[in-house]
Amino acid sequence: MEVELRDPKVVMKLSRLGSFHQSKLSFLRSFLKEFKDWKYNRDLFDLDENGYGKAVYSFKKNNRTYSLVCFSNKINDEERSDRVIATKWDAAFVLHDGIPTKKDLERLSYNVPKQEIGRLSYKELTLSRANRSVRIFDHVVESLSNGRQPDKKKISKVGYLYRTTAVYGSGKFGLADRFRIKNREEIYGPFRLEMMLVYLVRQFTFDQVNYIAKHKNPRKAVELDNEICRNLGIGNSTGLGMAPFVINHPTLLNNWILARETALKKIREIKLVKKIDLDLFQNCLNKSLKNVTSWNTESEFQQKKIKKLISDLYQFIDFLEKDFNFKKEYPFNEIYLWCENNLGYECTEYIVSIMMEPYDVIVNPLVNQMSSEEEKHFTIPTNRKISDLRSILEDKYSDIIKIDFSKKENNQNFWFISKNKEEPRIANRYLDNGSDLEQPLAIARDVKKLYDRILNQKNTLTIGNFLIENNDLRHSVRRAFITEKFPYAEIQDNTIGSNLMPIDMLRLKLSFFGAIKFDPRSDKWLRINMFQGAPLPNELKSFNDHWVYNSLN
Amino acid sequence: MKALSEIDTTAKRASRAAGFPWGIAEEIGKNIRLLEMFGLPGIKNLNQYLKIYKNQKFQNISLIAKSNISKIPYCPIIAGVSFLDQVTIMEELDEINFENVSFPILFMPFLSRASEIIGKKILLKIDNKEFLFNFNQSIYSNYSSKEIWEKSNKINIQFLENKNLFNENEWQELYKLSEKIFVEETEELKLKGAGAGTIDND
Repeated sequence: MEVELRDPKVVMKLSRLGSFHQSKLSFLRSFLKEFKDWKYNRDLFDLDENGYGKAVYSFKKNNRTYSLVCFSNKINDEERSDRVIATKWDAAFVLHDGIPTKKDLERLSYNVPKQEIGRLSYKELTLSRANRSVRIFDHVVESLSNGRQPDKKKISKVGYLYRTTAVYGSGKFGLADRFRIKNREEIYGPFRLEMMLVYLVRQFTFDQVNYIAKHKNPRKAVELDNEICRNLGIGNSTGLGMAPFVINHPTLLNNWILARETALKKIREIKLVKKIDLDLFQNCLNKSLKNVTSWNTESEFQQKKIKKLISDLYQFIDFLEKDFNFKKEYPFNEIYLWCENNLGYECTEYIVSIMMEPYDVIVNPLVNQMSSEEEKHFTIPTNRKISDLRSILEDKYSDIIKIDFSKKENNQNFWFISKNKEEPRIANRYLDNGSDLEQPLAIARDVKKLYDRILNQKNTLTIGNFLIENNDLRHSVRRAFITEKFPYAEIQDNTIGSNLMPIDMLRLKLSFFGAIKFDPRSDKWLRINMFQGAPLPNELKSFNDHWVYNSLN
Repeated sequence: MKALSEIDTTAKRASRAAGFPWGIAEEIGKNIRLLEMFGLPGIKNLNQYLKIYKNQKFQNISLIAKSNISKIPYCPIIAGVSFLDQVTIMEELDEINFENVSFPILFMPFLSRASEIIGKKILLKIDNKEFLFNFNQSIYSNYSSKEIWEKSNKINIQFLENKNLFNENEWQELYKLSEKIFVEETEELKLKGAGAGTIDND
């Protein structure tokens, strides 16, 4: 039986994309698998008694070394902010390509703590900074220095000691351009070096609390229990800066979604499910309940989604136990169809993720197809005809060209770049200044404009000739021809409408990173947790690949 | 040192700020990145061009002919965009001439990309300087200045047919030498050494 890939017009709606969850395809999980046989080492740990100073951690294999260089600094409580406009952080990090020399460390110690206003070189790959979780950092140090483990309940509420407020890569602030490293096999998957940085930062946070506690009370102090460490991740605060990424990289977005959709299609096409695979699916499903019930957020929007997710999950488990027979043919197809008919997006997509757990054979080959050579698809095929463009718009954007942009609510927002920090922001077109400097992120509106513009054009006119008088819509013409080849390249929604939830765009991207515990702080920013439950660096050689469902928190 | 992605982003934003539509600003970003990667002074020339772009008059060419002459200097960006968009039709002209294109360095990346689209090398002569665009893989040139080039008088563009740079005799000589690594086959080896039979009429 052949199952069709899900229709992009169903999958690419923001309400569904904003309900995606981590899966086996997620970048932090594929990073751990790729680097499990690399040699991990702490090369330098030069902190003072308060935990300030520098440290270097590395992964090595054959002739390749990646080194995380950490700088920990004293800041006052009133200087600690998750906003991108902050200028000081508790710690700053850079991933260096190779082993840093003394000279490199000097250069980096001057530039890395400055973050955006420092300069990096082609020898650096990713850059980040992080702030302590005031809620638990001091509690953990205090407990350890007094010879006891911290309160697990207290820790569980937060889930991390530090949270990063930005992770930069690919040429930002002088970092290495992607073309310099793209042929390295170990980093074929997207964002692999960003994941490495975050993973090593996590270890630094454990080493730092142990070190401070030890110096506070050398006789009594104990080290943070490994099981507690394992159940701590790294937090991340993410704002609007991330949202335009999924619009600005259409072929990359396509490749991420296509990998997920292909995995789902192939799993639905499995005729008979082996018992061992069924057991693994059900085991992950049952264990995952803990992840959901420990998902804390003050956001009413997310609380509602979690409540529905929990009730849907119990309904699903009940269905499996009472009404479902796994011995029948194509059981996962039936499960998927039942989910679509009976559950909300949040739970359906949750179950889609868990369906992948038993199927390395399906998922692993897809991991290496999730990058994109975007430049190859940049040039517009100007010898094509208007009839081709019209067909593409009517076929691929059929919902979008129905939107009436003369209605105020469909045209309410505009995206702009803030002068303050050169970061994307969103504002109300009818209340705020700056819409004349709008970014080209109103894809639906511009595609609709393009469709209206070609209505009276001759079918035989070439795109090259059409563009002579219509270069104001050149960016939309380019996108249309990309979407022709890449069906999941485009969000099938209005990104400037009054009912837009920008955090849906953030969640889409973060779910592919492998983030969990999405905690929206408004409709424009959220906090998440990465690597919670993940093996520690010295456990990488053999770890349970389904660790994400084994978290105790 | 600025990374190429920073160069791309900043060139794109600056071009939009100077008044080019987003789609063209995207082209400029990619082009300046290309120039800088090939060692040509893209940022320098773009910066100077955008400084004067709003206050000086430039001719926007839309349909490119065999010979293109204007008293007002041609905008290198619009000339380049038109060239790129019409290249599949223009290659039939074999040769194209322009007079009075401003900032010709900014025109070049369009030719480089056009070379890749049509699968032919493009030879560009600007006054006494030559540039050979090799399918957007490299630019071969006798020009090495890293300075701003504000004005060109005569520009000649030729679409080079795909042909070899060597003659048949030179090829045969080299081929003969290469044959020395081949092994003479016996009748038995002919039967055993390959997959299919000697006669396959089935």
